[in-house]
This record gives sequence, C-alpha cells and structure tokens, in this order.
Amino acid sequence: MRVDPILLRARGTPDSQSLTAYLAAGGYNAWEKVLQMTPEAVTAEVTLSELRGRGGAGFPTGRKWSFIPKDHPGPRYLVCNADESEPGTFKDRELIEHDPHLVVEGIAIAAFAIKASTAFVYIRGEFVRWAKILERAIAEARNKGYLGKGVLGSGYSLEIVVHRGAGAYICGEETALIESIEGKRGFPRLKPPFPAVAGLFGKPTIVNNVETLACLPHIINRGAKWFASIGRPRNTGPKLFCVSGHVQRPGVVELPLGVPFREIIFEHCGGIRDGRELKAFFPGGSSAPILSADQLDVRADFDACAEAGSMLGSGGVIVLDDTVDIVEAAANLAHFYAHESCGQCTPCREGSDWAVDILERILDGHGRPGDLELLQRICTYASGGMTICPLGDAFALPIASMVKKFAGEFERRIAAATPSPPRKKPVLPWSGPSHGFGR
Amino acid sequence: MTTHPNLPEVPDGPSEVTFDARLDKKITETLKRYPNQRAALLPTLWLCQERFGWISPGVMRAVAARLGESPAYVEGVVTFYTMFRTRPPARYVLQVCRTLSCAVCGGKELLEHLTRTLGIAVGERTPDGLFELQAVECLGACGSAPVIQINDDYYENMSPEKIDAVLAELGKKE
Ligand SMILES: Cc1cc2nc3c(=O)[nH]c(=O)nc-3n(C[C@H](O)[C@H](O)[C@H](O)COP(=O)(O)O)c2cc1C
Ligand code: SF4
Ligand code: FES
Repeated sequence: MRVDPILLRARGTPDSQSLTAYLAAGGYNAWEKVLQMTPEAVTAEVTLSELRGRGGAGFPTGRKWSFIPKDHPGPRYLVCNADESEPGTFKDRELIEHDPHLVVEGIAIAAFAIKASTAFVYIRGEFVRWAKILERAIAEARNKGYLGKGVLGSGYSLEIVVHRGAGAYICGEETALIESIEGKRGFPRLKPPFPAVAGLFGKPTIVNNVETLACLPHIINRGAKWFASIGRPRNTGPKLFCVSGHVQRPGVVELPLGVPFREIIFEHCGGIRDGRELKAFFPGGSSAPILSADQLDVRADFDACAEAGSMLGSGGVIVLDDTVDIVEAAANLAHFYAHESCGQCTPCREGSDWAVDILERILDGHGRPGDLELLQRICTYASGGMTICPLGDAFALPIASMVKKFAGEFERRIAAATPSPPRKKPVLPWSGPSHGFGR
Repeated sequence: MTTHPNLPEVPDGPSEVTFDARLDKKITETLKRYPNQRAALLPTLWLCQERFGWISPGVMRAVAARLGESPAYVEGVVTFYTMFRTRPPARYVLQVCRTLSCAVCGGKELLEHLTRTLGIAVGERTPDGLFELQAVECLGACGSAPVIQINDDYYENMSPEKIDAVLAELGKKE
C-alpha cells in the first residue's frame, strides 16, 4: 500500500525549514483557527480524533489534557518531549529536520488547549544541530507574531523555550524530564501525583512527544473525523516507523497505524539485506519485548502489539537477521539499561548490573547452570510496578522475552561452558576505559 | 590532581574562574527564561562548557555562586549527565554508538578499526591530544548506522574508509 505522507509531507521539498515554505503549504492556518476556538473545543476535537501519544505509552492525548484540574489558577506548562533516546527511535529528529514549524505549530495548539503560556522543548543534548533548527523556527514564528505577547492580535500569549538535555536516557521519562528542566539530576518521581496535577515547578504540566504534537495541526485543519478514519479503531492516524538494523532500506517510513510489520519491513524497507533471513524484531524500540519471525503478521498498532505480548512503544522497529547472536544482543541491551538506570530503585539498579554480569559470562563461555532462572528472577523483580519508573520494565521485559523465545541459544552456550576464572574487573567506573560492546 | 583508586586522574583546572562580560550577559538572559534560578543550571553549564571547554571544579564553584547553589549540588548535577565534561577534552572527541542497531550494522567493526588506526583503547586519547575515543549509547540516528558523533556533529552511515577520510580532513585543519 502506498499512502501520501501527512506528517512527513515536507520531506524532500526545498527549503522546508523556512517559515515562507511552511506558510506556502498552508502552515499556521490551524493555529489561526484555534485562536478563534475555546481551549475546551480544541481538547474536544483532539479527543474525538482518538489520537494516542506517540512517545511510548500510547495514552489518549485529549484525555491526558483533561486531567488538568479545571479550577487551577496556573501557571500551567506544556512540555514537548524531544529527548528521543529510546534505542531504535529516530523520528522526532526527522520531523524537526524537515518541518520544524509543524512542531512549533503543534506545540502552540497544545499549549492553548491546556491554557499554558510557557512551553518547553526538552531536546536531547546530542541534538545540537536540531536544537538550533528549532530555535531558528521559534524566533522566525515569534518575529511574525505567531508566538510571543498577544499572538496574532489575540489576548493569548505564548513563549517557547528550548531546553537542552545533557546525556541521560532516563530524562525521556516525563517526571525525570521535569526534574531535569528544574535544574536537578534526572531522577523520576513517584506517581501520583501525575504531572497533569503537579508537574513542572509543582504546576499542572502536560508532556507530549514531538510526533504527537505534529499531528495536531492536521487534526485541526482536516478534522477529527478525517484523522480517526486513518488506521484502525482506537489506533487512529498516521504513524512514523523508524526501521533500523538488517533491512535493505532503513529509515523513517510513514504509514497508517495497524499495517502489518511484514508490510513495513518487506514492502517499505526492501526486506532483509543481503538475501538473509529474518530472525527476530523489536516492534517498538529496545524496551519492547522481542517478536520472532513467525510474528510478522502482527499489526503495528498499540492494541495489536499488546495482544502479541509486546508494545508499539515509540515505533522503533529494530530488525535482526539470522547472523545475529541473541545472547550478544541481550548483553548489548542489558549494558544500555545498566548504564542508563538512574539508580534510585534496587531491582533496576542492581538487577541491570547483574543481568550484564550474567549475560557477559554466558557470552564469554563461562555461563553456569541456573543462570537463566536467575536472569528470569531478576527480570520478574524489576518489572510489574516494582520500581519508581517503567525503566525497570523496559530493561527486564525485553531480556526476559529473548531468554524465553531463544532459550536454546542460551542453553547451548551454558552447556558448553567452562568454569569462570577469578574476577579481575574493578567495580567502577562504568564508562571507563573498558567500556565497549557489552563486555 | 584529584585521585580515586578506580577513577582516571582528573586535573583541577584553574582554582578561580571568573565569567567575562559576554558570558555573564548570556547567563543573565538565560535566567530570564526560567521562573527560578536553579532551572537555569543546565543551560548555564552548557554556556560554561562552550566557553571553557570543560566543567572544572573552579567552574562548578563559579556557577554555584552565580546561581545561589552549593558547589556540591552543582557537582551532583554535572556528574549525573554524561555530556558534561569533567576533564579537559581532546580537540576532537569521537563518540561511536555502541547500541544494538549500530552494533549489528558495522558499529562494532568501526570501533575496532578506530582503536587500531589511532592506536588507543576506548576511553583514551592520542598523545598529540587530537583525538579521544569513546563508546556511547544510542545517538538517536539508528537508521543511518553506524553513527559517530564528533564534537557537536553527527557522521552517519560510516565505514572504516569514510571515517579515515573524515579524520584525515580534521587532522589537516589543525
Ligand atoms: C525510560 C523512559 C524513557 C522515555 N523516553 C522517551 C523519549 O525519549 N521521548 C518521548 O517522547 N517519550 C519518552 N518516554 C515516555 C514519556 O515518559 C511520556 O510518556 C511521553 O513523552 C508522553 O508523550 P505522549 O503522550 O505524546 O506519548 C520515556 C519513558 C520512559 C519510561
Ligand atoms: S526504575 Fe530504574 S531508572 Fe526508573 S527510577 Fe527506578 S532506578 Fe531509576
Ligand atoms: S543504535 Fe546507534 S544511533 Fe541508535
């Protein structure tokens, strides 16, 4: 199936970062329309579109906005989450690169809907170039009166501040992100209270992903019914899929929610490279439990992925062919989570370190009988609400799924293992000279 | 020198750091964008890292004084985030992505190639102070694996040949 891109409409058009080009394509029409509406009407329209958050959890956007206490005197804050650190995810960068004004317009609409007059964009520290692109777009829009005091002659004012992260995956989690804007270490907060009630600086705050916000101008322009007609029931709208790994043509593809992964991988990304066979894939970033090659017909939407025992997450499809050693892949990811765990909760901090230890010794040919049971036990204790934030689940569930689905590969190595030599490794530092590929 | 049995030696840098007028003005402007001073900490640290190249203990003390925090608080924040440099960096910091999508698409070979051609291990720098090699986690560009970040810039779809050409080019500029 071929569909005209909606979110990536500007990709490939010349000068697409400029306000002129954006205006020529009908840009900021939605914003002008919104300024004639009430915030409640905007929220109602977004609720009707059944838009679900594209940042990972798939929470209905309109409903999230409605959790802000009605009688709160303010201020309220909108935060655009451009942290984009989930392994396998690279779509927000694509949107910012090709259509920064679409993101700015989306931020403006959401801020208006929740009656915020300050919005923050939290962008990962490594994205220096893309932070500059956004800052330029914001300045341009402000100069032309689309932002700032008394937007377009209305009584509504809005300032957007770009706030750069500084290298921490955990700051993509919304409460850690809020802490980070407040000038603190990125330690997630215990919920409740949810940010919609007490978030940034203790005020009602909505955190939305870049892609979620980029959907808003289209919903306003073309209507909630149109948006809801794309995709499948309760899984509506276009979605950006980030396809990486062993496909012929990796990259970001835009398709309606609910297309089967087979279509994404084989039709739109050219299939597996070098004529190899598909072994497994992560449907929604590395925090989503792995799916095997016989699950290609699972539909790429929130509900279908959940039914298949995984999740759509951020839409990061990581494709692995038959050359991949699953034990090595598991060790690689365990290393990621051990490095990124903020350390507040014992099951996540210690569990991820232990998982690295166990997986590395299996890789090195020194696995022990009982290691797999131990690994599964660690994963059980780190998931299912045993931790402050879902990073515990994010590390535990994929590893547990790899051990379960590819048990033979782990068992074979353990059966052939020899006793391990005495440990020489120092406990610290994590990122010291030996910091390498999961070993 | 600050030493710890398990950590690399860290130079102290200048003991007194003062902000020049330009930097100070930028910090003042930054403060205006936030409802309290503490929230300006990350952007202020970024400004300082741009200006001084790294966040020395002296810089931490100066930032603490400017924002009304304790130096210990500032150090706690600085060391939480991986991008704040607590030692002077080489001229070019090569950060090779080690996470899954890159690792299975040539990233592993790329890192090995760099350790061989530069003659240094991950975490080390070349004796001339030109290059420093690091393995980092996912850079958010997995579709164009393998990816390297050199200082602020991304280099995507890399290969040993391409990175050799990039390094030769950078070396020539010096
Ligand atoms: C460990 C962790 C990392 C996350 N990283 C990101 C991220 O990089 N970008 C993002 O938009 N959401 C991320 N999220 C999800 C956010 O917490 C939040 O749910 C999301 O930004 C809400 O936006 P949405 O409602 O538009 O999806 C992360 C969550 C967790 C638990
Ligand atoms: S689950 Fe992990 S990352 Fe999340 S708060 Fe606990 S220790 Fe930190
Ligand atoms: S895995 Fe290397 S950029 Fe994401």
